[in-house]
Amino acid sequence: MKYEAVIGLEVHCQLLTETKLFCGCRTKFGAAPNTQVCPVCLGMPGVLPVLNKKAVEFAVKTALALDCRINERSIFARKNYFYPDLPKSYQISQYMEPFCEKGFLDIEDDGKTKRIGITRIHMEEDAGKLLHGDTPDDDGSSFVDLNRACVPLIEIVSEPDMRTALEASAYLRALRDIVVYLGVCDGNMEEGSFRCDANVSVRPVGTEKFGTRAELKNINSFKFVKDAIDYEIDRQIDLIESNGKVIQETRLFDSAKGITVSMRSKEEAHDYRYFPEPDLSPLIITKELIEEMRKTLPELPQAKRRRFVSVYGIPAYDAGVLTAEKALADYYEAVVKETGEPKISSNWVMGELLPLLEANGYSTLTPATSGSVINMVKSGAINAKTAKEVLKEASKTGKSPEEIVKVSGAGQISGEEELLKLIDAVIAANPDNLARYKAGKDKLFGFFVGETMKAAKGQANPAVLNKLLKERLGS
Amino acid sequence: MEEFFEPVHELSKKLARGQTSSAELTKAFLKRIDAVDPVIRAYITVAGEGALKDAEAADRRLSKGENITPLTGVPISVKDIFCTSGLRTTCASKILENFVPVYDSTVTKKLKEAGAVILGKVNMDEFAMGSSTENSAFFKTANPWSTDRVPGGSSGGSAASVAAGECAASVGTDTGGSIRQPASCCGVVGLKPTYGRVSRFGIIAFASSLDQAGPITRDVTDAAIMLGAIAGADPLDSTSIGAPVPDYAAMLRGGVKGLRIGIPKEYFIEGIDKDVLSAVSGALEVLKKAGAELVDVSLPNTEYAVSVYYLVATAEASSNLARFDGVKYGMRAQDAANLLDMYKKTRDRGFGAEVKRRIMLGTYALSSGYYDAYYKKASEVRTLIKRDFDEAFKSCDVIATPTAPTPAFRFGERVADPLTMYLSDIFTISCNLAGIPGISVPCGFTNGGLPVGLQILGKHLDEGTLLMTAYAFEQATEWHRKRPNI
Repeated sequence: MKYEAVIGLEVHCQLLTETKLFCGCRTKFGAAPNTQVCPVCLGMPGVLPVLNKKAVEFAVKTALALDCRINERSIFARKNYFYPDLPKSYQISQYMEPFCEKGFLDIEDDGKTKRIGITRIHMEEDAGKLLHGDTPDDDGSSFVDLNRACVPLIEIVSEPDMRTALEASAYLRALRDIVVYLGVCDGNMEEGSFRCDANVSVRPVGTEKFGTRAELKNINSFKFVKDAIDYEIDRQIDLIESNGKVIQETRLFDSAKGITVSMRSKEEAHDYRYFPEPDLSPLIITKELIEEMRKTLPELPQAKRRRFVSVYGIPAYDAGVLTAEKALADYYEAVVKETGEPKISSNWVMGELLPLLEANGYSTLTPATSGSVINMVKSGAINAKTAKEVLKEASKTGKSPEEIVKVSGAGQISGEEELLKLIDAVIAANPDNLARYKAGKDKLFGFFVGETMKAAKGQANPAVLNKLLKERLGS
Repeated sequence: MEEFFEPVHELSKKLARGQTSSAELTKAFLKRIDAVDPVIRAYITVAGEGALKDAEAADRRLSKGENITPLTGVPISVKDIFCTSGLRTTCASKILENFVPVYDSTVTKKLKEAGAVILGKVNMDEFAMGSSTENSAFFKTANPWSTDRVPGGSSGGSAASVAAGECAASVGTDTGGSIRQPASCCGVVGLKPTYGRVSRFGIIAFASSLDQAGPITRDVTDAAIMLGAIAGADPLDSTSIGAPVPDYAAMLRGGVKGLRIGIPKEYFIEGIDKDVLSAVSGALEVLKKAGAELVDVSLPNTEYAVSVYYLVATAEASSNLARFDGVKYGMRAQDAANLLDMYKKTRDRGFGAEVKRRIMLGTYALSSGYYDAYYKKASEVRTLIKRDFDEAFKSCDVIATPTAPTPAFRFGERVADPLTMYLSDIFTISCNLAGIPGISVPCGFTNGGLPVGLQILGKHLDEGTLLMTAYAFEQATEWHRKRPNI
């Protein structure tokens, strides 16, 4: 029998707000443990949450980018469970009435577009972090760091619309591109600011009814998403083929072994005892706020890719690479403005510039700098090899390319007067060869080119040199 | 000394005139506590030195004549449910026995800013769960009118400390009657404001959608003064109400001529103590004579109030009290084998029987499969109870009822039967469910000499009319001037 998989993803994005969801503490990653905490995020007795307006704005922006229907009124709910990283022993989340529902995201796979439904997006607070035996005097104690507690998250829940691990990973990438473009999330899977759980089930091809699903956790890279889902699909099919039964459970992905292992079954699942959070009034999202946020929406990755292909005439592959990060796309466009050469610029940006920008950042190597270096190559003022050196130097020091070229003497010698001087000296120093050349030994032309180039320390413009040498040798 | 029984507004005058100083008053009250509290046992923590320091600061304010409020220099007590920065806050629970907050509740912050001197933290039912203060994890508080009886609860320490002259006034909290019922039991005034009128920030939560702080005072004028000091929007409490705070003290003298007082038939039922009934009926006559019109109203869903309350309040409590897990602060069982064992032992030893009972009730009511039948249903009936009041207030301005069906009962009398204990709040609970304000004022005594309270309920945010009515009643009677022999 042939099977197909049914996959839905739940993605948590940490919002890039300066302060936490319900208090004024900072959200900076990597601070010393428990230095970004206050009575509210520590869950001290009697304290109350106050909703962060910026987090609501970021959530609304995301909802708009994913074409969701935004509910004017939504409510927060308490999700109750005990764990040491959860200071109040409940998480403030949204449950019955989330702030938005029914959106979609188009993904591209093999040139085909597929629409993945978004069930809902809701806002919630993050939990803290546990450290086990991480100290020199480890005595088996566990430590609680609550810096991350109460940091704002949005959870984006997809419809079970994906059929392959590739589709799932394409969806995840597209989603990440969008939240990063919006500036609402840094999309960092390793640091955990972009996290994904996958619901996976299988069914015989041609049937409608969903199979029993497993929820996969701990998949913290794009590669793992694909590996975990592929493994899980095979596991479920094998199970069914050998007359076994898939049970509803939560499974953990073991990235070292590339397998999923059972964490808890449905029976062991928590009863979270959700109920409306009495400490917060219903969240009202006004039409005004929605319109205000709509105005701030940037061009999204997909639209940008299409525009790059149609306006600049560059290949789809180039457009894909260049639009992966908004900053890079903006950079490319600025370079094109300098050079007027979309394809040449694309080659330079993807080839030489991308590693430099990734290594040294965007501030030293401005698009104006890169543009003028590309223009210098185009005019023949420097050759490609020199250009690469100049770009490296500019990227490190922020100096202008003209200055770098001048100081290093790396400019190509194209001046006829200057080159003629060198040529004449070479001819004067080699009277025998000149005579032989004049006598018909044409191959000696290469000798004169080589000697002059040597004299020019390799910086002579080859085309100009050839032309002048031919004139001087009178051939 | 006379001043132990003087209302805030009299002490305030004396302080302003320089007839006494805050330091003198504070010392005298601390002495009074030494003398009386071994019998009454209202105080869990006496602030002593801190109070004297605050009194000296108040005296400097008074002598400069700067920034003086009617509370500047006045010694008060605070229910041990309000977090007080640097001063132990136990909520009368073992689990918080040594908890010292690093922050002030908005209420105590405002009282301090007004210049009030906090003498100490007073007893209550553990986590405000109870109607007799017998559920304190530490000790029982006696009713100053009859020391073998309870002071009511949960703000029993507040009511007893005011009635016994151990402070000039107090602040308590009221989730289902916890200000009004003890006020009634102890012959003092207790006001529960509209939900959201006073910030809940820093008040250890019992049931978040019902909890509200308010004053317990010697008379109505003091209640108006105290409410004025603590009311108002708070950026730290999203459920606090933004409406401006009127000058309540200036609204007292309007009189009740033409005022329509609704009498709900559902509150005058079989089982009310006959002395209570006759005191309340007498009080209604007094109001009628003063020019008020008594009109019959109906609150048909009253019979469901207790059931609804014990679902909503326990559900919220089960979640609110989950944070006391031994991880971050408060008590932790040291002999635990693992995390789960630590949770179990800590919470088993840290919480008293009534608190555990309510956590279990609430956990059950929220459990999957039961949520719709219990919590959700209760929330829907709560809406109906609210509507009852909206409907009733179409034909009246305030509603009058007994505060409690009986006077203060003897220690131990209701401990064995939680349901009988829960019925102590039968007349006060609806007010919390509807979120409206209510006040209890002394309106007489039983033949046995126990105080009886008259409850007046008002419209949403209409504390002004409530206080005006109570004040008119007080002016026509002498009950608020009676003192226990202590």
